[in-house]
Amino acid sequence: MSGMKPNIYFNKRVAVVGAGLTLFRRRIWETPQEMSWEAARKALDEAGLELKDIDCVVIGSAPDAFDGIHMKGEYLSHGAGGIRKMVSRVFVGGATGVMTPIAGWYHVASGLCSKVLVVAEEKMSPGRPHPQAVFKYIWDPITEKPLNPNLIWIFAMEMHRYMKAYNIKKEDIALVSVKNKNNAIDNPYAQIPAKITVEDVLKSEVLVWPVQLLDISPVSDGAAAMVLVGEDQARQLTDTPVWIEGVGWTLDSTGWPGRDLAYPRYLEHAARMAYKMAGIERPYKEIDVVEPYDPFDYKELHHLEGLMIAKRGEAPKLLKEGVFDRNGDIPSSPSGGLLGVGNPIAAAGLMKTISIYWQLKGTAGKMQVKKPVHTGVAQAWGDLMQASTVIVMRN
Amino acid sequence: MQRVAIVGIGWYGFRPQTKEVSFREMMFEAAVRAYQDAGGINPREEVDTFISCQEDFWEGISIADEFAPDPIGGAMRPTMTVDGDGLQCLTHAIMHINSGLSDVTVVEAHGKPSDILTLPDIVDFAMDPLYVRKVSPNYHFIAGLDATLFMKEFSATQEDLATVVVKNKENGLKNPRASYASKLSVSDVLEKPYVVYPLTELDIAPYVDGAINIVLASEEVARRYTDTPIWIEGASFATDSANLETATLGKALYLKIAADNAYKMAKIESPSKEIKGAFIDDRYSYKELQHLEALSLTKDPVKALREGQLYPDGDIPTNPLGGHLAEGVPLEASGLALLIDAIEYLRQGKESAIVASWRGVPTFTGAVTVLKR
Amino acid sequence: MVTGLKDEDLKKVYTVTYKPNAKYGYSAGQAYSVFLQGLKDGKILGRRCNKCGRVYVPPRMYCEYCFRPTDEWIEVKDEGIVMTAVASFISWTRERLETPEIVGVIRLYPSRDNDFVYPGLFHRICTTYEKVKDMSIIGKKVKAVWKPKEQRVGSINDIECFKEVE
Repeated sequence: MSGMKPNIYFNKRVAVVGAGLTLFRRRIWETPQEMSWEAARKALDEAGLELKDIDCVVIGSAPDAFDGIHMKGEYLSHGAGGIRKMVSRVFVGGATGVMTPIAGWYHVASGLCSKVLVVAEEKMSPGRPHPQAVFKYIWDPITEKPLNPNLIWIFAMEMHRYMKAYNIKKEDIALVSVKNKNNAIDNPYAQIPAKITVEDVLKSEVLVWPVQLLDISPVSDGAAAMVLVGEDQARQLTDTPVWIEGVGWTLDSTGWPGRDLAYPRYLEHAARMAYKMAGIERPYKEIDVVEPYDPFDYKELHHLEGLMIAKRGEAPKLLKEGVFDRNGDIPSSPSGGLLGVGNPIAAAGLMKTISIYWQLKGTAGKMQVKKPVHTGVAQAWGDLMQASTVIVMRN
Repeated sequence: MQRVAIVGIGWYGFRPQTKEVSFREMMFEAAVRAYQDAGGINPREEVDTFISCQEDFWEGISIADEFAPDPIGGAMRPTMTVDGDGLQCLTHAIMHINSGLSDVTVVEAHGKPSDILTLPDIVDFAMDPLYVRKVSPNYHFIAGLDATLFMKEFSATQEDLATVVVKNKENGLKNPRASYASKLSVSDVLEKPYVVYPLTELDIAPYVDGAINIVLASEEVARRYTDTPIWIEGASFATDSANLETATLGKALYLKIAADNAYKMAKIESPSKEIKGAFIDDRYSYKELQHLEALSLTKDPVKALREGQLYPDGDIPTNPLGGHLAEGVPLEASGLALLIDAIEYLRQGKESAIVASWRGVPTFTGAVTVLKR
Repeated sequence: MVTGLKDEDLKKVYTVTYKPNAKYGYSAGQAYSVFLQGLKDGKILGRRCNKCGRVYVPPRMYCEYCFRPTDEWIEVKDEGIVMTAVASFISWTRERLETPEIVGVIRLYPSRDNDFVYPGLFHRICTTYEKVKDMSIIGKKVKAVWKPKEQRVGSINDIECFKEVE
């Protein structure tokens, strides 16, 4: 069995030295190229660099059908700064937003590139008759698409299985939405910050039972960017670099109807890969702050379990005890997450990574968690309930 | 940077139609052959990472990477997708290995254009929606603009372009993957009507279905899988300024940037002396000549062609197995199709080769790989 | 700074509309061609890997766990256990539905209660919203309701739905 090499053999330490976000909004006036440009420019500014200093660009974006452009990476390269440079786009469905900095990491760690700009963009609003319609085409074209599925079916089926397997109540899950939308009030980029109650969630429009309107993140446009450099460069650019110390990802098989949806085993696999690299043995004790992927409220709980921060079926209990509050023991989604900030798919995953970077740098402003933080984790999820990406960072 | 070895290759298809298999079954067939070629490697246990190169609208599936893992042995393993040509995936694989993430990485790409009923419309859909899309009823117009300027700058004639077609289709006659190989004359090419001036339908490579799988290994472990590794000495890719109105026409700047990086990595100072075979994108006949110049293999590709240097026994054998004009264009597997040609060429005893791909209209993206035996 | 637009702003900005002409004829291939013919004949067919014993429904010509060709066709039962079920009040274009559409995953026999992987189908379930809401349908045994033979065309829709058996 060939395994992951232990981290002592890794070629090069890689640091994050700058990041930028656009506003996340339901509809943005600017084109996808212009949105990418704004995020990239802000990241370069924070790093104190210019585009000419960058030698490679990594782009992340989810289905081409949203922006309405085939080979979207080619199109985005112009706004993202990938001009006459080594530039490519990575894609693992909804998990892309964290795969993009992972790819940026190996661009630098391999020695092929020295300063890398990582840009993730999504413009979901152009889709007609509704962006939701794009999701009919993500299913098996022969055995699933003829049933006219929509995306929310996926989440509803997984949520109900999770609820049934571990006897979890909807009101316990709704607390995630309450927490994240409230956290987003302190996030200047957020699309739908709000003070809501569990009651509000339970009374909101039923979309696909057990999923209701306030269980769900919105349709969004937005872009995010990050600058990654090697150790030598990092020390010259900043006194407070944040290091990428672990990366992991896993794709489970396509045949999701043929496996139990109660537990995301692929996430556990991805997390073990990243933890091994970062030397994390007891995730629930060693991780100080976490941004698990929360396109739906139950997903945050599901992912906290897959990340082994909570035991299977026990994340709701810890949530209720306040462990995941911004002032709790393991703050979860202090940014407000996708539920509060918005969900421009790939950009949302990179936003989560940037949130951890700002927490570790101590520049998260009003979003800054109370406890001192040393180790943070961001995670994204996607495909047909089969993909997860995990990144571990330290200051 | 440590060298990375190619220890196994496998392919399936390379026919205009492959209706007998689904795209997933085609990927499986290519993978089985590659793993056998790599000394019977078990992908479930001995491969650290998997990379698939594909695009949603070629597959007809949104988030097509969902379908990547199972047929190549990558389920519940670190499998990912790069939206690009197979040679770009190859460079990502080199980065996986050199970062310390992996000792053995598999790269996969496939194309099933026969399943796409509206292929020209899909190419249009890749163009800028505000400025470029649908300005012409024929997506080849961008190649026409580029070809005209290239011909002016290098004093190339339509006979020169036709000569490339005749050469490559004839070279393909001995290649089992070359469905479109044939014996033609220059006048056969010139007599065809234009698709877009100066290109006739024979100047444009047709599409083909095919799947390719490549097994790469670090220098430390390569010999476990084969006694005859092929070494990747240099690899890179690049995009020009991608918008049509800002991109370079007439010359393949994307490939020049990629080649310069790859040569630097391979410590090659005079490419024309050190490279013994060129396997380069020729999906339009003029592109072979344009790409030769971008790769610094010759300053005057037209003269090289006229003097016979580009034939299999010339100084710069170019597409000696026929290139895309003979094999067809298997979408994102195109670069890997040229790579397989190069590997077979090296396995026959040649010393070195360069592989250079382009992603086709409307992109300005190319990738380069320098190989040695 | 990017500009967020409200509904009323949409009239003030230019929008270029474009409908891609994207049409495909997906090759069903070896596994699905037989599977679809089976549905037409009123049977659910799977492929078994004799090394690990796993039965694939929908079928695969290769075993994703063992990475080898699957070995034989077997007919699985057209009945099984509901693993999860949901009630959709929106269509695929997000229009409101008056009567919810109920779908879910059925773990088909042969399989056992504690299996993590199994032959499984995603399909409609003929039951009531109440039984979805109180989760009582999950864990229940269901059986395929087939379309009349003359209406079957070789499609997943040859099965109307899976219905609870007493």
